[in-house]
Amino acid sequence: MEKIKVEICCGTACYLLGATRLMGIEQNLSKEMKDRVEFEVKPCLGLCNDERLGGSPYVRINGSEVLANATPDMVISRVNELLGREEV
Amino acid sequence: MNLAAQYIRRELAIRLVRAFDANKLDREIDAIPIKLRPKNEPSSRCCIYHDRAVLKYRLMALLGYSIEDESDETKTLSSYLEDVIREVSEGKDPYAGLEHKMAPLSVCGPACSGCPDAKVVSTDNCRGCFARPCMYNCPKKAISIVGGRSVIDQSLCIKCGKCVTACPYHAIVKTSVPCEDACPVGAIRKNEFGVAQINFEKCIFCGKCFNQCPFGAVMERSQLMQILLAMKRGEKLVAMVAPAAAKQFPGTIEQLLSACKKAGFAEVMEVALGAEKTTRHETAEFVERYSKDPKMIMTTSCCPAWVNLVAKHMPEHIEKVSLTPSPMVYSREIMKEKDPSLKTVFIGPCVAKRSEARRKDVDFVMSFEELGAILAARNIDVMSCEAYPLERPAEATARNYSHSCGVTEAVIAEAMGKDPGFKLNSKQINGIDKKSIMMIRMHLAGKIPTNFLEVMACPGGCENGPCSMR
Repeated sequence: MEKIKVEICCGTACYLLGATRLMGIEQNLSKEMKDRVEFEVKPCLGLCNDERLGGSPYVRINGSEVLANATPDMVISRVNELLGREEV
Repeated sequence: MNLAAQYIRRELAIRLVRAFDANKLDREIDAIPIKLRPKNEPSSRCCIYHDRAVLKYRLMALLGYSIEDESDETKTLSSYLEDVIREVSEGKDPYAGLEHKMAPLSVCGPACSGCPDAKVVSTDNCRGCFARPCMYNCPKKAISIVGGRSVIDQSLCIKCGKCVTACPYHAIVKTSVPCEDACPVGAIRKNEFGVAQINFEKCIFCGKCFNQCPFGAVMERSQLMQILLAMKRGEKLVAMVAPAAAKQFPGTIEQLLSACKKAGFAEVMEVALGAEKTTRHETAEFVERYSKDPKMIMTTSCCPAWVNLVAKHMPEHIEKVSLTPSPMVYSREIMKEKDPSLKTVFIGPCVAKRSEARRKDVDFVMSFEELGAILAARNIDVMSCEAYPLERPAEATARNYSHSCGVTEAVIAEAMGKDPGFKLNSKQINGIDKKSIMMIRMHLAGKIPTNFLEVMACPGGCENGPCSMR
């Protein structure tokens, strides 16, 4: 099964506005989740220039879906949703 | 730590720089508080209007103004901005003048919640137990049992908190005023309006209230606008980056220096190069003082909050403070020798450095947060920057100045290089608070034998400074 890819933007704006809090997510995941999710810390994803998207910090999931103003809870629940959907 | 206040400060600074760079700050600045707290969206305080009012004051502090000085409440941010631009172009310093006008901290009255005075109270959790540890541990006999429950006589209570720890049911709580609790020198108190006020004659600018206030009511007066204006005028600015920078941004210190260069600084340097000079000079000073009087005690001079503490609260010990200039001052010297036309900008995690910079002719001080805001607004990603080609990296002991014990280690290493038998009887004070001040007094009075006392106002050292990026 393909892993869910979670990219945490660590550009300067995201870093200033809370990306550091997102970096601890991986440690708090259960063993099963860890096997199915791949976390990556990325240089600036360039999303902060687009005012329509909302605000930093940004997280990108599976290369396309963007979470703005991301918090650890938001990321975990979205990942859980995706995992649940896959299992159906 | 007040994360919410931290994020809002950063968000405001980023927006300010973005609008400045787009040449529309004068038109947009008054709208920033409204854009950040639009209608029908949640508020952080009682309502969005209160939020917006506080945001206006935050921007005022970001423009460099003291909130206590506000004389006209109807004055808009854009006219404050005009004032800064005019004053800077006339070569005036918006800070100059009275002692409180130079103070880098300011309390925003409308943000202050006027926390009720500290009090120890018994709650519903009290079971009126047989053992009554609260009663037996109270040194003032302030606790009695009335109607099967403990009651504290407030006229006798000295708020020592012994009952709080003694109760196995956690039934007794101590409410507090966080800024007053955090201030090591009793410089912040509520005034006649019930709003916190800083007594600037006592304040050592350690920044602890700034960090601890849960309402984010203590604000730092920034020089960001002056720096942006100087850059725009084409003045040659040098970014002097404090050793504490190593843990503040993603990427290495060399990458951060490249990022500063990209952001518009003409020159960059690590302040650790200045720290090397501090080590040499301080070691020589110690050896000289020791040879004259083996019973002497010398204390470090690089933490400005510590120097302020001695000067304002224990002036009788001032001659025990090393006369060696701090790494920032040496860095300024190095750059001014290279090119006297350079304007120096110290970039660090410290509030008190702003007061030292004024005394020592460093042109501007900027916090890591403010540097981050400039980088973010100008789309400079530290992690993607190339490493800056340093002539040579600073010595490891100099780069370690930002940790507690760093200065002592540097001095020992330097002295042992010359005399392998060198011994230092040192003590490190890791963070200034009410308790450690008592310890410091014992050392300085010679009650505890020491000859080298290192004091850092922030626990762990500068890297945990009030304006650090944690």
